[in-house]
Amino acid sequence: MAEKKIMLGNEAIARGAYEAGVKVSAAYPGTPSTEISESIVKYDEVYAEWSPNEKVAMEVAIGASISGVRAMASMKHVGVNVASDPLYTASYTGVGRGLVLVAADDPGLYSSQNEQDTRCVARAAQVPVLEPSDSQEAKDFMKFAFEMSEKYDTPVIVRTTTRLSHSQGMVVLEERQEVPDKPYERNIGKFVMMPGMAKGRHVYVEKRMEAMSEDGGGFFVNRAEYRDTSIGFITSGIPYQYVREVFPEASVLKLGMVNPLPRKMIEEFASKVDKLYIFEELEPVIEEQVKSWGIEAAGKEIFTRQGEYSANMLRRILLSEEVTEAQAAQVPARPPILCPGCPHRSVFSVLKKLKIHAAGDIGCYTLGAVAPLSVIDTTICMGASISSLHGMEMAKGKEYVKNWVAVIGDSTFMHTGVNSLMNTVYNQGTGTVIIVDNSTTGMTGHQDHAATGKTLKGKTVPAISIYHFCKAIGIEHVVEVDAFDLPLLEKVIQEETERDEVSVIITKAPCVLLKGNHFPDVCVPVPEKCKKCGACLKPGCPALTKKEDGSIAIDATMCNGCGLCMQLCPFDAIAKEPK
Amino acid sequence: MITKSIMIVGVGGQGTLLTSRILGGIMQEAGYDVKLSEVHGMAQRGGSVVTFVRYGEMVAEPIVEEGQADVLIAFERLEALRYAHFLKKDGVLIVNDWRIDPITVVTGAAEYPENIIDELGRKHKVYAIDAMKEALALGNSKTFNVIVLGAAAKHMDFAKEDWLKVIEKTVPSKTVEINQKAFLVGYES
Ligand SMILES: Cc1ncc(C[n+]2csc(CCOP(=O)(O)OP(=O)(O)O)c2C)c(N)n1
Repeated sequence: MAEKKIMLGNEAIARGAYEAGVKVSAAYPGTPSTEISESIVKYDEVYAEWSPNEKVAMEVAIGASISGVRAMASMKHVGVNVASDPLYTASYTGVGRGLVLVAADDPGLYSSQNEQDTRCVARAAQVPVLEPSDSQEAKDFMKFAFEMSEKYDTPVIVRTTTRLSHSQGMVVLEERQEVPDKPYERNIGKFVMMPGMAKGRHVYVEKRMEAMSEDGGGFFVNRAEYRDTSIGFITSGIPYQYVREVFPEASVLKLGMVNPLPRKMIEEFASKVDKLYIFEELEPVIEEQVKSWGIEAAGKEIFTRQGEYSANMLRRILLSEEVTEAQAAQVPARPPILCPGCPHRSVFSVLKKLKIHAAGDIGCYTLGAVAPLSVIDTTICMGASISSLHGMEMAKGKEYVKNWVAVIGDSTFMHTGVNSLMNTVYNQGTGTVIIVDNSTTGMTGHQDHAATGKTLKGKTVPAISIYHFCKAIGIEHVVEVDAFDLPLLEKVIQEETERDEVSVIITKAPCVLLKGNHFPDVCVPVPEKCKKCGACLKPGCPALTKKEDGSIAIDATMCNGCGLCMQLCPFDAIAKEPK
Repeated sequence: MITKSIMIVGVGGQGTLLTSRILGGIMQEAGYDVKLSEVHGMAQRGGSVVTFVRYGEMVAEPIVEEGQADVLIAFERLEALRYAHFLKKDGVLIVNDWRIDPITVVTGAAEYPENIIDELGRKHKVYAIDAMKEALALGNSKTFNVIVLGAAAKHMDFAKEDWLKVIEKTVPSKTVEINQKAFLVGYES
């Protein structure tokens, strides 16, 4: 019997790529896509890397495909924005061997800065999109994506969502299929996109999309399930499961290919059912096209464009069912916070004390925006801290940014922060940039990057020095400070923000969650010395709580022993004890 | 068999993922179709986290919704209260008698509700266990979640021996013994 395994959607995507004979995989981490690379790296037959950003990852995959092997890139939805420049033109060039981009959308915003829908990008770039509904399909569709890519000479997007990526389900494993490399042939009409060549390719792109739409009715990924025809749904991805759960007797057109749409198949399905619903999360991508063909259907007028769908949503809207009598209790919210012992908290405690505003960036340190730290004022996208601070300065003058800094993580700095910093240097900005260097990509679960000295495959390599990089682009004032050295941090931040020149402060201390990184001690209160002033509580360490009498308790199972609270206590009322 | 639904709720960092792996394992061993859905990313940093587990002959949707959970396993009291309305009328709630203040409470913006367990007991079948105390008695505070799982396992359809076997398969070999012990502490509580 074939081996069956319970697999995360992302593991199944990696498995599908492996079975399809993929030889090169490049990615930049981003929830919910990260585990794809973390799974594929386990297969020795596949070269897998973390690239510094998604544009680079996409280009690595494109190069590998042109050279004649099956290749893939994976990223979260906003990563596709970064990679969109190569993507739009790879749509014109087509491929050598199969090229697949796995894009992970995040309906419900579990871990993202927006709720964009990759299908819209795909339509604009004229690239086909496959969308699986469970782990088994995730694997199967990956394999089909590579075949499609080669047959129609196109990159293929496999779209997943948080729910699919982070759900586990049964998967039947198959053998890897070794695909012979395609011999390379120089072909500038196809691979050099100058205007003359691109004109020709644009014609091809349109033909290819039409051909896929035409052939789509025969693709196994698209399936018309006829049952009771008084009600029919067109749906795809995870929402398909909700339809099956609530309307097991209804007819369903399950689309595995959501761009281009298999028009004939849809028209036929629509003609056979009495009442048609289009059930798709986020944007009305299927709906607007279907309606433009003169087909009557209900869609976004009853189903929201926001958030994640559910079976209960269908029950409420279409069956007018009250799904439960029990009401949710009114309870205090529990938003994510910086961990006990996180070096970012230490840096923020100083910025807060100095009443400095921060143009923020994306990473764990974004949590410095909310109470009680309330230091970060802006967060847009990766790299934007440094460039938006520069914009503020150019708008308002250098005095205006003297009580501002840019705060950016090490991984985010390597991602796109470097470009922004070059801009500040080039255009003579005077802002201060704090790079909170915790030696890892923390938010997404600890991935290495070019400045950590380790690759995805676990190889030790020379780490790119952020310090020397800043020096090399001509910044004179670059200071490295221990993130827990509060007096020095305070002095350095004051000095550098005063300066009429660009400066960089690199605060260093590894993430407390990194393996092998442990403070030897835990912090313990010394009750007889405590004056109940609350200074230790200000940065909001979750291990500390205020007792009824105003003195503090430290939860020994949570404390990581960083000693920030101890440093903040003016009365020596917190001490350290060995763990 | 109709599909059954289990939820595990807790605070990011409490290690809900190990528990869900063991649950997934035992259901697979028993030959069921299984779907698990978990939270990765931002919420794992001390936020409220939920894992859904569904098993049966053929499972369609991967999530558990309001009013559907047969068993709710809560690693912390406030999280039990937050998700109690996901329970079915006759569903059981297993709660670790443990408090972690959310930041909203630490900053004084909100108050941690009193008497959560009594309150919940008025509406649901509730089994509370002080798993942290038991875990410390075992000499490893990290085993508390397997203790809670043991307490919950009594209310599910699988044999004790099968649980122990799955734990052996799932956890790192060095920690098999301590985890099996922890499981039994909960199971026999
Ligand atoms: C374009 C893009 N790619 C990926 C992500 C996902 N993501 C969010 S934060 C982050 C990196 C965080 O690492 P770092 O800057 O080192 O900060 P830390 O979390 O370690 O504090 C990533 C990759 C994103 N939001 N946008």
